[in-house]
Amino acid sequence: MPRYLLKRLAAILPTIFFVTVIIFGLQQLLPGDAAAILAGENQDPTVIAYLRQKMHLDEPLPMRYAYWIAGVAHGDLGESLRIQEPVLGLILQKLPVTLELASLAMLVALAIGVPAGIVSAVGKDTVWDYAANLFALWGLSTPNFWLGILMILLFSVQLGWLPASGYVSPLEDLKANLAAMVMPAFVLGNAIAAVLMRHTRSAMLQVLNADYVRTARAKGLDERTVVLKHALRNALTPIITLGALEFGTLLSGAVLTEQVFSIPGFGKLIVDAVFNRDYAVVQGVVLFTSTVYIVLNLLADLAYFVVNPRLRG
Amino acid sequence: MNAGPRPLMERGDTPGRRALRRLLRRRGAMLGLAILLIFIVLAIFAPWIAPYDPVAASWSAVRKPPSAEYWFGTDEIGRDVLSRVLWGARASLLAGLVSVCISMALGVPIGLLAAYVGGWTDGLISRFTDSMLAVPFLILAIALAAFLGPSLTNAMIAIGVSATPIFIRLTRAQVLAVKVEDFVEAARAVGNPHWRIALRHILPNVLPPLIVQATLAIAAAIIAEASLSFLGLGQQPPAPSWGSMLNTAKNYVDNSPWMAVWPGLAIFMLVLSFNLFGDGLRDALDPKHK
Amino acid sequence: MNKMLWSGLVLTSLASLAGAQTLRIGLAEDPDILDPSLARSFVGRIVFASLCDKLVDIDEKLNIVPQLATSWQWASDNKSLTMKLRPGVTFHDGEKFDAAAVKFNIDRHKNLPGSNRRGELLPVTSVDVVDDLTARINLSAPFSPLLTVLADRAGMMVSPKAAQANPANFGTKPVCSGPFKFVERIAQDRIVLERYPNYWNKSEIHFDKVTFQPIVDSTVRLANLRAGQLDLIERVAPSDVAGIKADKKLSISRITELGYQGITINTGKSDLAQKNPLGRDPRVREAFELSLDRAGIVKVAMDGEAEVGNQWVPPGNAFYARNVPIPKRDVARAKALLKEAGVSNPTFTLMTPTTSDAQRVAQVVQAMAKEAGFDVKIQATEFATSLNLADKGQFDAYVLAWSGRADPDGNLFSFYGCKQPLNYSGECRPQWDDLLNRSRTTLDTPGRIKAFATLAAETVRERPIIYLYHRNWLYAASNKLTGLRPIPDGLVRVQGLKM
Repeated sequence: MPRYLLKRLAAILPTIFFVTVIIFGLQQLLPGDAAAILAGENQDPTVIAYLRQKMHLDEPLPMRYAYWIAGVAHGDLGESLRIQEPVLGLILQKLPVTLELASLAMLVALAIGVPAGIVSAVGKDTVWDYAANLFALWGLSTPNFWLGILMILLFSVQLGWLPASGYVSPLEDLKANLAAMVMPAFVLGNAIAAVLMRHTRSAMLQVLNADYVRTARAKGLDERTVVLKHALRNALTPIITLGALEFGTLLSGAVLTEQVFSIPGFGKLIVDAVFNRDYAVVQGVVLFTSTVYIVLNLLADLAYFVVNPRLRG
Repeated sequence: MNAGPRPLMERGDTPGRRALRRLLRRRGAMLGLAILLIFIVLAIFAPWIAPYDPVAASWSAVRKPPSAEYWFGTDEIGRDVLSRVLWGARASLLAGLVSVCISMALGVPIGLLAAYVGGWTDGLISRFTDSMLAVPFLILAIALAAFLGPSLTNAMIAIGVSATPIFIRLTRAQVLAVKVEDFVEAARAVGNPHWRIALRHILPNVLPPLIVQATLAIAAAIIAEASLSFLGLGQQPPAPSWGSMLNTAKNYVDNSPWMAVWPGLAIFMLVLSFNLFGDGLRDALDPKHK
Repeated sequence: MNKMLWSGLVLTSLASLAGAQTLRIGLAEDPDILDPSLARSFVGRIVFASLCDKLVDIDEKLNIVPQLATSWQWASDNKSLTMKLRPGVTFHDGEKFDAAAVKFNIDRHKNLPGSNRRGELLPVTSVDVVDDLTARINLSAPFSPLLTVLADRAGMMVSPKAAQANPANFGTKPVCSGPFKFVERIAQDRIVLERYPNYWNKSEIHFDKVTFQPIVDSTVRLANLRAGQLDLIERVAPSDVAGIKADKKLSISRITELGYQGITINTGKSDLAQKNPLGRDPRVREAFELSLDRAGIVKVAMDGEAEVGNQWVPPGNAFYARNVPIPKRDVARAKALLKEAGVSNPTFTLMTPTTSDAQRVAQVVQAMAKEAGFDVKIQATEFATSLNLADKGQFDAYVLAWSGRADPDGNLFSFYGCKQPLNYSGECRPQWDDLLNRSRTTLDTPGRIKAFATLAAETVRERPIIYLYHRNWLYAASNKLTGLRPIPDGLVRVQGLKM
């Protein structure tokens, strides 16, 4: 196990290196003069020159990469030139928001997906199977920004049950915070629910036909105990690992949902920064989220390894 | 020589044929296929079926609700929504198909190479794939689309390239599993050159899961195009595409909801059909799944 | 002692009954740096209107009114402006506002690295502290737009002590002298200001707190207002106006802007100008203009929420050149002009930013111009990229709007002056530069009107910019909000607002 761990850790470093190259390249190769767009309406030549110098835009690409990486190694992810705040500060500010949204979305996904998967597996080929399947498919087939706008119109404007957008810190007002998170978490979660449903279904199907389940049935245990106690526990393993991976995607990918619901998380930060050519922000945030994703991947692999003794050795 | 009990395995009953029969029996997959075919027909015959020119503006018919004259209503500069939805099917289908073709054209050979050759090549390719997968898909697509410029073609390229690592990884995993099978060993023993083994022996056997993934990827690509259009990076007006229609319609949802209902519904049905069909395909091709 | 305690208690409880009110404003974008010297966006100015007072302000008629300065006088040679300052004004940190502070601020606007005000204050050479409450601004040449420049960010005064204490990041904790002081800012989420108790005009301030929330999507912004989470929103979508008017709980206000929406044509920025008949021949440009029905564009693209125009200022403006009226659509004459110019089937690419109103305008223009024979190809370009392409002259025509300045010079100089940063059409004519300089150095209004009239006649003949219309600033608010006075610069002034 320690050898496996070491091997995996060693593999992470080149991956992270490639991530930095990808994200740096994509940003710096964007068309348009970043200094010009950040200089604002007046397009004052001295301001443009000043920004060019600050962003090292007149130096060759490898030099700019070196400046950035050197900063990162010292914990300095640069500064948002649009609002003059350090990128690391922005990350720490937005992290709790996106983390909360991702967690709630994951909860929604688990609450919808896993039971749907169980129902679908146990009642295979019956109406329940089709209904659960259709529900999960609905989650995958609707563009989430579309769903978001419709929900705002229904639940906020027409019914007045929930706030239309925005974010209130849970430390400030927990009730308002959760009220504002309901719709975005649902919109973000139901797509993941579909994926979870499928995996739960196939994992349960595999397990329900396994020997130890037949043994449990033969022992005379009722169906409910068989399903919940024995089958589910074993089916949980792949579900957990998948959940961990989806969580990583959630963490950085709630781009459109955050735009629609005006939630100040990573997704919104990145999109706005791309259009404003605020390089440091995009690079810093994506590097951070990618690293988290890679680490989560590693942990999921290790968990799988630990839970499944057959893989060892 | 007499007519005894019929043998279980009839001549010509290949695994492929059995899979096809399983597929045909699944109602969900057939429903999905039916919807899909309807959309394809609508897309191909749009020029003849559409009642109006999809880009013809009409100043007197701005944002009119559905009526006998305009079945789906009109949009913000007086264009017929029904005609735009019909023509838009082309853009969406194209977006889905071309993106995934790009992903497969890039991803399958690279994955095959990595798994077959192994060693340093595999290590390098795998690390690079991992890193692309670590960057959020939509962010990658946005950055690429912004880099190339807002248009449908560039959105397709952006989505295609962003989805490539998924196919690299899948192909690689499948090839690794097949590589050690007996028939591959046999082919090697007989003296086949590597490229022959890879293309004629390995590749056909890894295709089924790739095709399933491709079907599901088309569904995701259609949504991705809509998402890029929502951000202003996909098909640009006046050319019709469901995603850009939704992007424009979001400003009018309050007073002209029909502008958004029909394209949204169209995206939903098309994507649903791909998902249904893909699911059925996966179940049919993998007997263990049953 | 007891009496004081009791009255204090009564007063505070009365205050908390009457006050403890927060004004929640919905913005269309997230503001940039909250440092008046470095700030570069329109939306930031809305926050500044509550945060930072300036030397002077403008009213609905674009007259200059006192704010931190109470009166002013030009010297006889017009090369310096002496301003008398309001006594008893303090900054949010308690520091005194005086002529030394004015000197500090003007110097800061001119000299801070990256300052966006340097170009605006170019003719200013120095500031003299005449006495505690009198400052004299010296110029290298007479400069008539000076007062309107001082009515914007260049006239905003920050606390010298705070600016010196935090030179690198003043914008993260700005200290000004406006009605509200800075509390906190969470990027892309909210900006919170609270009442400054020692504001000189505190009788006009009826809120304890102001929060600004940027919500980019106009539908969601309106939904927030409807749901009661916001009290006031700016930049309402024109298509939502009818629905708001029908809503008993909301009210709508509007005023025509200082700027314009127009199409800039590459007439000399690069070789592309010569390659395309539109850039080469003014008759083709005239034909293009004649093919457009401005009223129709406004009706379809803006739902009527704009005023048609053909100059850099709206027709109601005092400096509008009456000798150049708005042409009516004339497709026949357009076709005749094309024939005269020897051009058949003219085609060009219209570079259009991906914002929704630019897209709408482009599509309507495309359809209208088609009737005169023009084949307009719309090239949707991301805004950042479009600026870059325009700067390099890599375009035929460009749909470009300008937010506008109170003085016509702000809508003219950078666009028509030779080699000026916003001169995307690439015109460079000594007569135009001459007229521009004359209009800036003349202080009397009739003289300026004459200069502008001549300039209008000249520029219309060449048509490097075809002005289409002037948009309406649209505000929607809860019915309980009273006292909103829309001003053409589009900013929300909190003085007089109450719920």
